Amino acid sequence: MTRIDALTGNECVAEAVRLCSPDIIAAYPITPQSVVVEVLASMKANGQLKSKIVDVESEHSSMSVVKGAAMLGKRVFTATAGQGLAYMYEPYFSMSTMRFPMVMTLACREMISPGTVWCGLQDALSVRDAGWMQIFCENNQEILDMVIQGYKIAENHDVLIPMNVCYDGFYLSHQTERVEIPDQEQVDAFLPPIDLPQYLDVNHPAIVDPNTVGSYLIRYREDHLKCMQTAKKVIREVNDEFAEKFGRNWGGLIGSYRLEDADYVLVTIGATTGAARVVVDAWREKGVKMGLLKIRAVRPFPEEEIAEALKGRKAYGVIDRSVCFGWNRGIIAMETFAALGKAGVCLPGLSFVGGLGGLDLRTEYVDKAAGMIVEAAKGAIPAGETFWMNEDFL
Amino acid sequence: MLEIRFHGRGGQGTVNGAQLLTKAIVADGGYAQFIPAFGVERKGSPVYGYFRMNDEIIWPKNQVYYPDGVCILDDSLLGKVPVYEGLKKDGFVVLNSKKPAGEQQIPEGVKTFVVLDATGIAREVMGVEIPNTVMLGALLRVLSSVKKETLADLIAEKYGEKNRQAFLAGYERAAVVNVEG
Repeated sequence: MTRIDALTGNECVAEAVRLCSPDIIAAYPITPQSVVVEVLASMKANGQLKSKIVDVESEHSSMSVVKGAAMLGKRVFTATAGQGLAYMYEPYFSMSTMRFPMVMTLACREMISPGTVWCGLQDALSVRDAGWMQIFCENNQEILDMVIQGYKIAENHDVLIPMNVCYDGFYLSHQTERVEIPDQEQVDAFLPPIDLPQYLDVNHPAIVDPNTVGSYLIRYREDHLKCMQTAKKVIREVNDEFAEKFGRNWGGLIGSYRLEDADYVLVTIGATTGAARVVVDAWREKGVKMGLLKIRAVRPFPEEEIAEALKGRKAYGVIDRSVCFGWNRGIIAMETFAALGKAGVCLPGLSFVGGLGGLDLRTEYVDKAAGMIVEAAKGAIPAGETFWMNEDFL
Repeated sequence: MLEIRFHGRGGQGTVNGAQLLTKAIVADGGYAQFIPAFGVERKGSPVYGYFRMNDEIIWPKNQVYYPDGVCILDDSLLGKVPVYEGLKKDGFVVLNSKKPAGEQQIPEGVKTFVVLDATGIAREVMGVEIPNTVMLGALLRVLSSVKKETLADLIAEKYGEKNRQAFLAGYERAAVVNVEG
């Protein structure tokens, strides 16, 4: 039976991991992810978790340990944030380029400097080109559901790419709210038994991942990128199957709210989406057709869905919790601009950057952004401009 | 939707208390949410928490600026942290203070003012100066829709029977001032 409880985002990760029963877990605690590691350790101590936990001294080691286990065809898990992800970068890249599927959760944290431990999506989004899939969640239920879906997507033999399930640090990692926790039978019926390629066999010694000439390497990349495109279909299919079996439909690559007939669109990622839902309702109340497009998948990037969703609208604006250095805008804004350009969809778009370093993305900020999108449609604000949601924004 | 802002100091159990309140509401079929905000995580530094309750799913994941009520776990924060900022007209205040209701300065526009010496009650009942469960008792004097028994059981399960007694003492001994107007 489904259990209902009030849990933090971090606790939801641990619950989902318990239900997915990885063979090996190796994770190093770091703010704001630490509770994930603490709860998994206590589940293990209480006999509720079947997985083996390997204690490590760093994030570089945690990813290296699970990579070793993945070579044996095992299901593995780790979690990190911010500087931990930065320290892990070397084995992180090779985990994906060796095509080992896994789920790693990120309680997203702003990158230094200046010194910070607080919320921001800069850590995850800065490594969006390291070959992993990345899905961003807006509430605790979505985190729990995506860890379970993540294993099914990553382990699909047409995909075999690891996935980051990403969620705003503190605003979700430390938020307590109502969630439904499925039971083991439900998850077992959804998640197939582990069936992964085994590359390492002690009885048949071989070198795994030797130095490889470019003529081969380029083919590996080509295949990796193709499989990332296949992942789009798999993410949609797994979403639909999950919706049917668990009664919750997160939309696959994108989510939307009152978008069908919208003239103006707020584009969001992660926890900011909730405030945008409230703002959409308020503008609809005033008779203005505001709608919401929520970007769930950043890798693979749903360029077709985004172009389709924004085609024929009057204007849109993207609210980012990260910066795209060198482009003077947020990362999701830059990616959205690129998707529309490729599709030949032309309409005024604005970039809003806020919520950096734990700064709150106030509902009033999102409301002001909505008003500016309406102005951009009239030409009163130049298309492509970037606005900073700092404390002078209102 | 009802929104409450919590103000405490690190070590007073502000976050754990508000999480238990959230759990109690969810256990009885409701929707509730609590988002803590830490500055530096150390004993004595100001802690903020943002609480929402509703009869349906709660979407916003940000801070509360216009609370229906504020719950202040330490009166030494008065004047140092803007605890009453944005408090809605006809809102409520639950305050931990040694000073009795008659000596308190009730902010303009407040409809219900609840005050008690939660730290003193905690010391008396449990022998420790952690006021969070006592304050939850006082808070329930204004949150009449939250079931006292559910929260009492959750407190006892997490912290033991003495904390249940402290919670109930907070409920009984809080002075509730209904401001005329």
